[in-house]
Formats: sequence, C-alpha cells, structure tokens
Amino acid sequence: MNAQKQAHAWLLLLPALTLLVAFTHYPAIATLIDSFMSTPKPNRASVFVGFDNYAAMVDDPIFWQALRNNLWFALATIPLSVGLALAMALWVNGKLAGRGFLRMAYFTPTVLPMIAVANIWLFFYTPSYGLLEQIGNLFGLPSQNWLGDKATALGAITAVAIWKEAGFFMIFYLAALQGINPSLREAAAIEGASRWFFFRRVLWPLLMPTTIFVLVNAVINAFRMVDHVVVMTRGGPDNATTLLLYHLYEVGFKFWDQGYAAAVTVVLLAALATVALVQFFVLDRKAHY
Amino acid sequence: MKHSFATCAAAVALALGASAVQAQSTEVPFYFPVAVGGPITKIIDQFATDFNKENPSIKVSPIYAGSYQDTIVKALTANKAGTPPVASVLLSTDTFTLIDEDAIVPIDNFVKTPEDKAWLGGFYKAFLLNGQIGGKTWGVPFQRSTVVLYWNKELFKEAGLDPNKAPQTWAEMTSMAQKLTRKDASGKVTQYGVQIPSSGFPYWLFQGLTTQNDVILANEAGTQTKFDDPKVIEALQYWVDLSKKHGVHPSGIVEWGTTPKDFMEKKVAMIWTTTGNLTNIRTNAKFDFGVAMLPAGKKRGSPTGGGNFFIFKKATPAQQEAAFKFAKWLTQPARAAQWGIDTGYVAVSPAAWDTPALKKYAAEFAPAAVARDQLQYAVAELSTHDNQRVTKAFNDGLQAALTGSKTAEAAMKDAQKEAERLLRTYK
Repeated sequence: MNAQKQAHAWLLLLPALTLLVAFTHYPAIATLIDSFMSTPKPNRASVFVGFDNYAAMVDDPIFWQALRNNLWFALATIPLSVGLALAMALWVNGKLAGRGFLRMAYFTPTVLPMIAVANIWLFFYTPSYGLLEQIGNLFGLPSQNWLGDKATALGAITAVAIWKEAGFFMIFYLAALQGINPSLREAAAIEGASRWFFFRRVLWPLLMPTTIFVLVNAVINAFRMVDHVVVMTRGGPDNATTLLLYHLYEVGFKFWDQGYAAAVTVVLLAALATVALVQFFVLDRKAHY
Repeated sequence: MKHSFATCAAAVALALGASAVQAQSTEVPFYFPVAVGGPITKIIDQFATDFNKENPSIKVSPIYAGSYQDTIVKALTANKAGTPPVASVLLSTDTFTLIDEDAIVPIDNFVKTPEDKAWLGGFYKAFLLNGQIGGKTWGVPFQRSTVVLYWNKELFKEAGLDPNKAPQTWAEMTSMAQKLTRKDASGKVTQYGVQIPSSGFPYWLFQGLTTQNDVILANEAGTQTKFDDPKVIEALQYWVDLSKKHGVHPSGIVEWGTTPKDFMEKKVAMIWTTTGNLTNIRTNAKFDFGVAMLPAGKKRGSPTGGGNFFIFKKATPAQQEAAFKFAKWLTQPARAAQWGIDTGYVAVSPAAWDTPALKKYAAEFAPAAVARDQLQYAVAELSTHDNQRVTKAFNDGLQAALTGSKTAEAAMKDAQKEAERLLRTYK
C-alpha cells in the first residue's frame, strides 16, 4: 500500500519534474560543464581548459562595466519600483472616485510588450521633438540627448524599467491589502493610532510576505530585463548601458564564444541563486505568515 | 542542450525527409531576414511560388527569420545542431564568421558553364568584394545598399542656398551646415545642419568618412585593421568637430532609427543614411528633397551594405545545386530590377539597370540612380575574422570619441589595440 502510494506520488510529480529537468536543471548543469571547456570550432574540438574562461572574464573590462551598470540598475530599480508599487497600491486601495480606472492605468505598462514600450520611450527621449524635450521647452530647459549621452543613458533605461515594473508589483500589494481584515483598521482607529503608525506597525508587517515575494521578483528582473536595451541603445554609447545579460547575449550569439558565454551564465546564475537564498532564509524569518 | 538540439533536429529532418519523399522534389529551406520597411515577406513568398512553379522538381520554402542578427543566430545554431537551412540571406560582413564556422560552400563550386561564369561576372564589382575571400566567391549579392546624403530643398532655399545643389566636399558640407543651423532666441538649436547617425553600427557610416579620406580600414584577408591610421583619426576628428567645434551636428549619439524622422520633422537639413530608406522618405516627407552622393574628402567614397545569398555546406549536393539555381533565378536582370523598385535596395547588376522597368523608374525618380552612380567609388564594408567582436571594439571607440569621453586619437588607438589582440590568432 505504502509503496503504491509512493509510486502514485512520483507519477503525479513526473510531468512537472520532466519539464524542469529537461529545461532548467539539465541546461544549468550543462552550462556549468561548458564553462570549463573551450569554444568548439570546426577544426578544433572543445577541450577542457579549467578556469581559462573565467580568467578571460576577469580580464574583460566590458564584463566589469556590465556588472557595474547592472548593480546600479538593480540598486535603482528594486527600491524605487517596489516603493512606487506600494504607494500606488495604498492609494488605489482607498475609496476614491475612478478607482477602477486608476488601477487599470497603473497596470497598463505591465500588459504592454516591452519591445513596443521601448519603441515608444525611444520617441519620448528623442532630442529636438521628443516628449521630454517638448515638456522641457515649456520650462526653457536646455536640450538633452538622454540616450546619446554616457552620463544619462543608464538613468534613462532605468526609468523605463521602473515604470514597467511598478504596476506589476502593485497588483500583488493590492491583493494583499484587500486580504487584510478591516477590523484591524477600525481597532487602530479606536485606539487613536495615526495613519503612519498604523502603516508601520500593522500594515507593513502584514505585507511582509508579499514584500519578500516582490523583492525576489524585482531582483530577478533587474538581471533579466534587457529587451529595452536591445531596442533603445544596444548597450551603447560605448557600453554605458550594457547590462550583464546583454553582454552575455553578445558574447554568446554575436561573438559565438560559447565557453566564455557559459562562464558568464554561471556567474549570473550563482549571483541570483545567492540573492534568492538570502532573501528566502534571512528575510523569511522576519515575515509573519 | 546539445542533445536536445540533436533530438529536435532529428525530428525536423525526419519530417522534412518524409515530405520530400511524398513530393518527390528537392527541398530547399531558405532563411531570409527583413531589415527595411515594406512588404518584403510577401515579395519573397511570391518569388518562391513562381520559382517552384517553373521548377517542379524543386521546392523552395522561404522562412522568415527576423532581423539579420536573428537570422544568423538561427542559421548558425541550426548548423551546429547538424541541420542548417540549405540557403540563407545573411549580412555580407558575416562571410568570415561563416567560413570560420565551416558553414558555407563557395559559389564557384557550382559555376561550371560559360553562362554561369557570365552571370557571376555580371554583378557590380563593389557588391562582390565582401563575398570574395581567399580567391573564392562565397556570397551572391542580393539585397544590397549603400550610404547616401538626403537634403531638404525647402530648408536650403530658406537658408539662401541653391536648393538643387548638394555639398560636394567636406568643407562645403560644413559651411552649408553652418548656414542651415538655426537657433532660437535663447541660443538653443532648433534645426541642425547635418547629422550622421552613430547608434548601433556607427562604423558603417564612419566608413564613408574614412573612404573619403583615402584609407581602407582592414586588409582583404581580414587579419589586420588600421583603426589608428592618422587618416582614420583625422576622419573621426572631422565628425567630432561637426558638433564640438562647429555646432552644426547634434552632440552625443545620434539614433539611427529616428534619423529619417528627424529629417521629415525638419529638425535637420541633411542626413546620411541608407538607400534602403528611400521609399520610406519618399512616401512620408512633406517637402521637396534631394538625394546625393556623399561629399568628397580627398576623394569620393561610401561603403556597401546589406545581405548576400549563401549556400550551406551540410546540405546535400542536390539541394545545393537547387539553391544555386534559385540564386541565379533571383538575380536575373528583370527580377533584380523589380526587387530594387519594390524595396529601395540597389539592383545588383548593370544588366538590371538596363531593363526597361528600371530605366523608366530611374528616369521618373532620379534619386534612385544616385546609389548606382556612387557604386564606382564604393568599397567593401568593414569585415574581419571574429567580425562582430572587432567591429564592436571599433564602435565603442567611435562612440567614446563622439560622446567626448576620449579624444579621437586615444579612442582609435584603444580600438586598434583591442582589434590586434582579437586577431592575433588568425595571422
């Protein structure tokens, strides 16, 4: 009976397991192995090269720049998009006219495909007649080539990412807020707690599980979003907007350097896994479920 | 990863094999990219249908594969898995990469009869250059373009310039651009004189300037670059000075994609861009415009661009022969002429320009012939071994100089150093 139950359980797990192994675990392990091998060429088969690919990576200034850019990108997008999401959720959770419309408006960026969005933003940022330029003209601001200047390009693509993400995270916060018992608010009101106090001591702790979930997603997205880079800057000017994944794409599919690309992938995977583990095991303890 | 590819590939091969047996014909899967506006997919599908009708023993199936970059990614990945397409249109500059990956066969393998030889000799020399390596021809010119100057005749008139005369030299372009640059009361530029796009692939447009300054960027073997040649630095300085010193060109990086729009919005009076934009600008510009050859520095010059037709090595000999037949069919004068009219690409052979259809078109719309007339000054597009990496080093250097983070000289020296490091294994 017990054995039959066991078999039953494994059978139920099998479809998902097959997919995960075939498309997640096996490629990850194959990539790890490939990262220790040289890139196969028609006249030179792939051979074991140890840490050569990693050494090449350490020597590559563009890798370091991509990493640096990506850290700035993450440092800006994660807190800003999560903070904005929370603020928007708190606002549209209240009773106000046109609430449904507002919610939809906030969520719209999430629904739009990133490629389309990036093309629209391209024209926002266009010098001379772009939207930002026209607004700037009203206030007599000087002309600015947002995407064509090394100083502003990374900031410009970061803004697009925040705009795109915030609405998505808002939905999770909104759902969590709807699930909070209204009697808590009433009790707090009777006790004479200020709104800020109520948020800090009641809402925020209750939203913690959502915050962790959102944070994990925000971190992953910060290393995963490159569609708009491809459309808007292709990593330029002079690598100012090259993010890690874009660099990886270039190495793998433009330079055809499989071994090096595998090494960058392993670094990216390791970094993401570490962050996710820290979040789950450290932050999780602080959450009340 | 490799195994799953192999399995997929086997399945595809099985499917293809099965249908081949049914139809009793030679299957020719053919990848093509779409890089300009217009109904390219429809035209190519029609070509295939017509060809298949004329050649019942062959079945060409065109497969739209995305941009040039997507197409080479798909073709090379399929090649590594063992089942590449039989033929594909890919960037002519990727020839070295395709040879290094041992993916393609020379076209000469199929050129046997005098008629074939005449056909291969019939193309414009400038278009064959990128495909000729090590004494062999690897690619058939198909969708080819070049860089030209577009100018707004209305704005020329307003600035007191002859609206029918484009700049002939660098000095003239600078002085005309100065007259064409307008500022508002606060000193902000509302209309620039000239712009040369520098996002994505600045090297291609810059190659116009270097060719005009009488310097070739790489040797024919693709193993040596000359990025730090004083003439290259001088050409880059001219480009940088247009904005830094003269203020007649937008500063920073100029986006390739919005350049035609900038021109149509009258934010700039002269632009450098591909002949492939001709149909787009002709349809959308609300003013009279002209198209001219790029101005001359020490001489005239422009790079060629666009895609060649390649035949893959792993296909069967029968498939390769069928693909060759298709390539010849595609580039027949009448067809090449129609393709040029429909897309804005430059028809690839003098014979095509002699057809009544194209003669009539060129007579009605003079700008169409400018690209052809410029071909005598055209050079091969920059291409080396490890092409995309070397080109990236060069692009990074150009963008660094244009954004002012490096001097022209330092930027080109750095690019050259990186190119030499990348190319050392190919010497």
